Amino acid sequence: MAKQIEVSDLDAYYGSHKAIEGITMTIEPRSVTAFIGPSGCGKSTFLRTLNRMHEVIPGAHVDGKILLEDQDLYGPDIDPVSVRRTVGMVFQRPNPFPTMSIFDNVAAGLRLNGRISKSEAEGIVETSLKDANLWNEVKDRLNKPGAGLSGGQQQRLCIARAIAVSPAVLLMDEPCSALDPISTLAIEDLIAKLKNDYTIVIVTHNMQQAARVSDRTAFFNLAGQGQPGKLVEMDETSKIFTNPTQKATEDYITGRFG
Amino acid sequence: MTMSPAVITRVSFSRRLKDRVVLGLVWLAFAVAVVPLISVLWLVIKNGIARFDLEFLTHSMRNIGARDAGGGAYHAILGTLEQVGLAALISVPVGLLTAIYLVEYGQNRQLARSISFFVDVMTGIPSVVAGLFVLAFWVLVLGLGYSGFAGALALSILMMPTVVRSAEEMLRLVPNDLREASYALGVPKWKTITKIVFPTAFTGIITGVMLAIARVAGETAPLLLTVFSTDSINEDPFNGPQMGLPLYVFDQAQRPNVTAVDRAWTGALTLILIVMLLNLVARLIAWWRSPAKGR
Amino acid sequence: MRRPAFRRSRGEGPFRFATTGAGVVVLAIMAAIAVFLIVKAIPALQANTSSFLAEKIWTPNATEPKFGIAALAFGTVISSLLALIMALPVAIGVALFISHYAPRRLAGALGYVIDLLAAVPSVVYGLWGVIFLIPFVQGPYTFLNDYFGWIPLFAGDAVYGKSIMTGSIVLAIMILPIIAAISREVFLQAPRALEEASLALGATRWEMIRMSVLPFGRPGVISAAMLGLGRAMGETIAVALIFPATFDITFKVLSNNGNSIAANIANGFGEATPIGQGALIASGLVLFVITLVVNTAARLIIARRKEYSRAAA
Repeated sequence: MAKQIEVSDLDAYYGSHKAIEGITMTIEPRSVTAFIGPSGCGKSTFLRTLNRMHEVIPGAHVDGKILLEDQDLYGPDIDPVSVRRTVGMVFQRPNPFPTMSIFDNVAAGLRLNGRISKSEAEGIVETSLKDANLWNEVKDRLNKPGAGLSGGQQQRLCIARAIAVSPAVLLMDEPCSALDPISTLAIEDLIAKLKNDYTIVIVTHNMQQAARVSDRTAFFNLAGQGQPGKLVEMDETSKIFTNPTQKATEDYITGRFG
Repeated sequence: MTMSPAVITRVSFSRRLKDRVVLGLVWLAFAVAVVPLISVLWLVIKNGIARFDLEFLTHSMRNIGARDAGGGAYHAILGTLEQVGLAALISVPVGLLTAIYLVEYGQNRQLARSISFFVDVMTGIPSVVAGLFVLAFWVLVLGLGYSGFAGALALSILMMPTVVRSAEEMLRLVPNDLREASYALGVPKWKTITKIVFPTAFTGIITGVMLAIARVAGETAPLLLTVFSTDSINEDPFNGPQMGLPLYVFDQAQRPNVTAVDRAWTGALTLILIVMLLNLVARLIAWWRSPAKGR
Repeated sequence: MRRPAFRRSRGEGPFRFATTGAGVVVLAIMAAIAVFLIVKAIPALQANTSSFLAEKIWTPNATEPKFGIAALAFGTVISSLLALIMALPVAIGVALFISHYAPRRLAGALGYVIDLLAAVPSVVYGLWGVIFLIPFVQGPYTFLNDYFGWIPLFAGDAVYGKSIMTGSIVLAIMILPIIAAISREVFLQAPRALEEASLALGATRWEMIRMSVLPFGRPGVISAAMLGLGRAMGETIAVALIFPATFDITFKVLSNNGNSIAANIANGFGEATPIGQGALIASGLVLFVITLVVNTAARLIIARRKEYSRAAA
């Protein structure tokens, strides 16, 4: 079930270095939200705080509050591991598990989180691969290694793997930056389809992509080297790209810096 | 300013000569290193083959007189297999878990740094010192007596650091992407390690373990101080003196007659065959894995 | 759709405990080695009627036990140093051969051949040394003694196969593969750009190696040599078979002399009384400390190099 995310006054640190500061925003369910901004502005860091992947890095921690509907993701009784079951993630580079077949890759999240029957797994693998627009290409070689697919297919396999555990939110960290244009197009089509069922957040360096796929866009920036990144503004994508309120946003979008 | 003519001049004779001389020296070094290997292997095969028969592989030295021919190393082969097997049973779990701690949980903690330091120290322990330790601890202080198991304890001390280091290296080779992918599926860390990281590193780890086993299988000094030695078959590694194949070679080589020296050579041949077999299996596993990476 | 159950996984605690526990076991073993060796050495050291550090002879089984480490420690150090002097140039040559001279396609296989030297058990080298090498070296030793006897090392009235030199030759063969393997690794790590830069300046292959590979590899080779030295000092069975087990301090490496701490443990263990065993354990403790110092020095050199290369990157 797609869910709304509400972030209030969030700071994230690497050791003593503050990477992002004072982020407050609402991410709507059943829509695509894009994060854009120059390198090092903290958009990926912020994305990783949304499923508590940020704290996987030694010394990293977070201050502030993130509500998924009514639950505080950073509440005292919350296990970060279970947060990640509800908030899935797709990475920059496709990373299928090399020791597993295509089938096992998609079923991995379910199997590693508890026993499921073979028929149940088969059903979920098939729907996930269909949802990821990959079923027709791989249905005859489900037992072949996932690493044997092309880059674009691998990335769709990773998306299928992420949605197989039926998360509420899907985070994508520059999912197309390692792919060729045709594979990129396939992923963008997929994102447009998936937003009917999931809350999708995508970080991208490609502004055309943000304009093509997202409903709302957030622009991040940092005051200077070593300063924490901040949210400059967030609005409907069409408004951000045609009539932004902030000068910095306009400069970035028109390619005057970044 | 003078313009040098644009012709290709030859490198001066002395520079070319030096280059040639070094080339010769480097080839010579390799030849010098290979000569003893060939000599050892040739003599072991030539002298060992004579007694490499069924009697040698199936009989012990019990009731074989000082000057008699015949007799065999069955008791020693059996002892070596048991001792090395037990040593692996002890050191592989401890070594693998330690490697997992160092790579996955240790980060930069003080405990991890001291474990890592002492694993290095352990790597440098002379094998005879490991034997002395088990002698002091197991035989003298606890009074549990010489046995195959005491030998296995000493061998496991020698195996452990090798297992830790090779497993650590293999675990570090597993890309962090895979760990993150697993975490992002909501898989807990321990399951990520056991189901994703470990299987990915598995063949590499097995190779390391096999090489570690091959290394300790040829150790003599620790056995000398811990299993004592016997001419009879003792199938029970937990009770009473046992024999080990390296120890058998050492024992026979010191006996002042030709029949014993013949047995020593055959023992050496058997030992080399076992060690080479383990090495070969390890390398086959490594080789079988490497093309899979490209696939 | 199931509602997220934000509960903690039950396996995490026990698994983490097991891995940490295994690490602690390693520390405990190291501590136990030190403690038990010391505990069992003390009674023997107390019963000793001469100086453990200065005494040369080793008669701990007598009613008035007299034993000292001096001759043994000397024998350990000189035989290992001699082995290192013989092995190092050959090992560097072998390493360069495999990293820069051998045909690319053969390099892997030739490296494996050298590794095989390390796979031969030490007792086999001992047997080979006793049966083959000892008679074989008689001729060359006589030659050295006749023509180079004015060098103190080769002096003496007669030459013997059972000597420090023969032990050192066998030790040299045994430590060669480890020195060669580590040196080969560091030579292969020499930055390609640096090598190409010297070749582009018109350097010959040897000049390229001298300018860019050897300086880069020096710390690695030094630490490899130290590790080899540590290995040679702890080597037991091969030298136990070869050394004549005397208790003299002499530099005449071709004479009928030679012993080491490790060889003495292997040869003396069989007839040792409780005090004798304690004395051997005390000598093992000394060996442990010496090898520890040598190995730690080797690792410090490697560690410094790592820092350096990280700074350069």
